[in-house]
Amino acid sequence: MDSTTTETTIRSRASSSDYPRLARHVQLTFSRTRQRHVLLHPETVVVLNGSGADILKLCDGRHTVAEIVAELGARYQTVREDEVRQFLTRLVARRCVELADG
Amino acid sequence: MDSPFGLLAELTYRCPLACAYCSNPLNMADYSDELATDEWRRVLVEARDLGVLQCHLSGGEPLLRRDLVEIVAEAHALGLYINLVTSALGLSRPRAEQLRAAGLDHVQISIQADQPALSDRIAGTPSYQRKIKAMGVVKELGWPLTVNVVLHRHNIDRVADVLGLADEMGADRVELANTQYYGWAWRNRDALLPSRAQLEAAEVVVRAARERLGDRMDVIYVIPDYYSRYPKPCMGGWASRQLTVTPNGDVLPCPAAQSLPLPRANIREDSLERIWAESPVMTAFRGTDWMPDPCRSCDRRELDFGGCRCQAFQFTGDAARTDPVCHLSPDHDLVARTVEAANAESPADGIPLIPRPHRASFRTPTATPPRR
Repeated sequence: MDSTTTETTIRSRASSSDYPRLARHVQLTFSRTRQRHVLLHPETVVVLNGSGADILKLCDGRHTVAEIVAELGARYQTVREDEVRQFLTRLVARRCVELADG
Repeated sequence: MDSPFGLLAELTYRCPLACAYCSNPLNMADYSDELATDEWRRVLVEARDLGVLQCHLSGGEPLLRRDLVEIVAEAHALGLYINLVTSALGLSRPRAEQLRAAGLDHVQISIQADQPALSDRIAGTPSYQRKIKAMGVVKELGWPLTVNVVLHRHNIDRVADVLGLADEMGADRVELANTQYYGWAWRNRDALLPSRAQLEAAEVVVRAARERLGDRMDVIYVIPDYYSRYPKPCMGGWASRQLTVTPNGDVLPCPAAQSLPLPRANIREDSLERIWAESPVMTAFRGTDWMPDPCRSCDRRELDFGGCRCQAFQFTGDAARTDPVCHLSPDHDLVARTVEAANAESPADGIPLIPRPHRASFRTPTATPPRR
């Protein structure tokens, strides 16, 4: 419940061959009130935009970052891999996503 | 006005522990007319409709509610992420299995220190062994486990061993939270406030533990705000992201706010939606319009929201003043003097801790009509 926490250090960067998955204690769900997908963590909520939600739906431990980028490329006009990697790296730092080696 | 993300459901203030750092209100008897199961159901539905996504079941000891499984099942059916914040006394394996089946997502178990005798002494009752056993049950059932430790003068030197214990128990998260001086803890403040040397040593240990254990355990460290330059961004802003419902149905922006001289808003008399939007207890300090200087003209007003209203009230008697923790506050001397005392030549170790007496208020709720 406490909001005054110090920052977690970033120790892991998502690479193309990583298999990202949601951390065990994290849930991806839809908030009716906000009409947005959200990531629920024991103490925090991350409100997602459409593409963020699409990325996370594919973070099932069976898709590599490169495969997620390819999959999204089929849906959106431009998907930049470096942006997807940055997005995932930030969520790794916030303990919402875990990376398994390829 | 924002939609709240989290509901802190304080199911009861009854508790088997007697911790001197308890932040629950002094006037606990005022909360003994607890909400019934159906009233909690209504709170959960209305909270979900208001946008709440997380439900923290807390207290007191929530396991003392016989209807806890029903409350969890309702919250789960509404799609809420459910945290149980518990002493673990009463978390037997069968009870844990029922809660697991009902959809409880996450368990946070408190421990008072890594050594059984010290932990029991701080808790005021033999509890360490039962807590350790319950942590094992939580892991066996596949729940994520958070170990919660409130830090203060009497256990902060043990922080390395506390982290070692949490790791040994397989904790996914450990929350090391320096005592917040509200409710009963305010009374014990001078006996609980650690020295600067103690804090600095603990911070070194925490940093090293993050490096060493970071891959498997999330180490959260809540700083003691008396020692910081700026105040904490209390609750992410008054009545902005969180709301609390007390055992008798009072609705508050945070649990400590019961101490403020604001009119009560109760779920038995109004809808959660209307209370959140319109009641004075919610609107009094929402946003930045209420702020006096130095907050009003400060660049950080949207970062820390003027700090904590309850702390301002405790120190100055006026909830609308800048949190005296802030070095820019005209009342900062009051905090500085408290910190000075904690670092004086004659240490505060001699000041006795006054345990929270719970036994007297250990009654089960009766069916008497609500007192108003």
